[in-house]
Amino acid sequence: MKTKFKLTLLVPLIVSATGCASLGVEPWERDLLAKDEMSLNASPVDSALDDHIYFSKEASSGGKSFGGGGCGCN
Amino acid sequence: MKKEKLNIKAALTLATTALLGCHNLAQAEPTEKDSWEFDAAFLFYSEVDRVSAGEAIFNAKKTFEDEDVLNLKLTIDALTGASANGAVAQPTVQTFTRPSGNGQYQVEPGETPLDDTFHDTRVQLNGQWTQPVSSNLTASSGVHISKEYDYLSLGLNGNLAVDFDRKNSTFLLGFSYFQDTFTPEGGIPNPLISMLIGDRNAPTWDDDFAKTRLGSEDDKTTADILLGFTQVINRRMLMQFNYSYSTVDGYLNDPFKIVSIVDINGVTQDNIYESRPDSRVKQSLYAQSMYHFDNVVLDVSYRYMWDDWEIESHTIDSRFRIPMGDSLGKESYLQPHFRFYQQSAADFYRPFLLEENALPTFVSADYRIGEMAAFTVGLKYGMLVNDGNELAFRLEYYHQTPTDAGFEEPGVLNDVELYPTIDAVIVQVTYSF
Repeated sequence: MKTKFKLTLLVPLIVSATGCASLGVEPWERDLLAKDEMSLNASPVDSALDDHIYFSKEASSGGKSFGGGGCGCN
Repeated sequence: MKKEKLNIKAALTLATTALLGCHNLAQAEPTEKDSWEFDAAFLFYSEVDRVSAGEAIFNAKKTFEDEDVLNLKLTIDALTGASANGAVAQPTVQTFTRPSGNGQYQVEPGETPLDDTFHDTRVQLNGQWTQPVSSNLTASSGVHISKEYDYLSLGLNGNLAVDFDRKNSTFLLGFSYFQDTFTPEGGIPNPLISMLIGDRNAPTWDDDFAKTRLGSEDDKTTADILLGFTQVINRRMLMQFNYSYSTVDGYLNDPFKIVSIVDINGVTQDNIYESRPDSRVKQSLYAQSMYHFDNVVLDVSYRYMWDDWEIESHTIDSRFRIPMGDSLGKESYLQPHFRFYQQSAADFYRPFLLEENALPTFVSADYRIGEMAAFTVGLKYGMLVNDGNELAFRLEYYHQTPTDAGFEEPGVLNDVELYPTIDAVIVQVTYSF
């Protein structure tokens, strides 16, 4: 009984946490997502230049993509 | 004029295709899915009284009919100016030896010691091939080579992306590996050994200087693993979550950085070369969200990074793309940018050492691994020109505030600036065609 109770609590919790029931779109609903400016790396050239600046001026790198080596600036 | 611009693209397409030995040279009219896209960008970075850098990127991307993508990128940058050598400011004139051993430089009273011989040029080449393996699986691999006067970096990367749930969710697994070799002019300084300062013309100088060196080169390897998950939330929203694990082994010192040893009055008695551990393990969690309002697109990300040097950092980055219609040029847009960064100090970071204490095994006074906060504010302005090619300008201001992590300052160190702020301006022009 107790286990059953826990399960009934857990299932909606997982569903709401992962959002399985409602996340995502159908292929024909991708009009906005398909725009260039909605891509996760909309300006790769800007990102590459920024990564180089911050890699050489701060102690952190990467996260969005590989931190890597590549220059003797740090 | 328009024809001339188009011809540049046609010529570049032909040249790149010929270089790659592709077979579709005869194809007269490249289709949308079988054409080259080029980006050319120039960035100028300038710090007040310190480093200036110019960086140019030329990126060529070809999407083939079967959705394979080839990306080639050439980066060239040149750096010049002055960089903090790590020593503390003093109320008197200080003399330091240049990293090469050929000459010395003096620093005025109260000034942060900067080595003004910083100068380098770098050429970098990247190639990346991405292809769908099946309807839900995409593979990508790439190579990297970067060469500076005193530095060589070779890298490889590979990743796999798996789509599921109508391509609303994607898992990504990636790895990268870099092998870097450092051959600084004047050789690799011996950690914790005193910088030689004195008469450059003395007959014993070269021998004495050589005693402060370990050899002519050293290397390091970097291996990264990246786990990513991307989820479409709804028609307007997309999220990404990454975990990355990075391990760096080998020579991790900066051969140009020293640490001052001061007496109880804060007066410098000696300057020694820094000493960092020969390994570092960094981890980070990254979350990014894209949201499309009715017109405006918001891009916000947060990164939490921590490592076994006890550095922790928080980064918030946000961009807000506002379409301006044709009011500021055809299909123009403005994109304000704000970035905030904060890091804690490495456990071996010391702005200076006290003479009365024993020398630690590891020490660095490099402010870049000290406690610090920084922000960037910027604005990008883009528009379409020449039949859909994009021209964009970016202007940014970057401000770093190194902070005191609680080190007590003896004597004269109270009267000088130990944590000077750094201001930089970034200007960029990009043309995509």
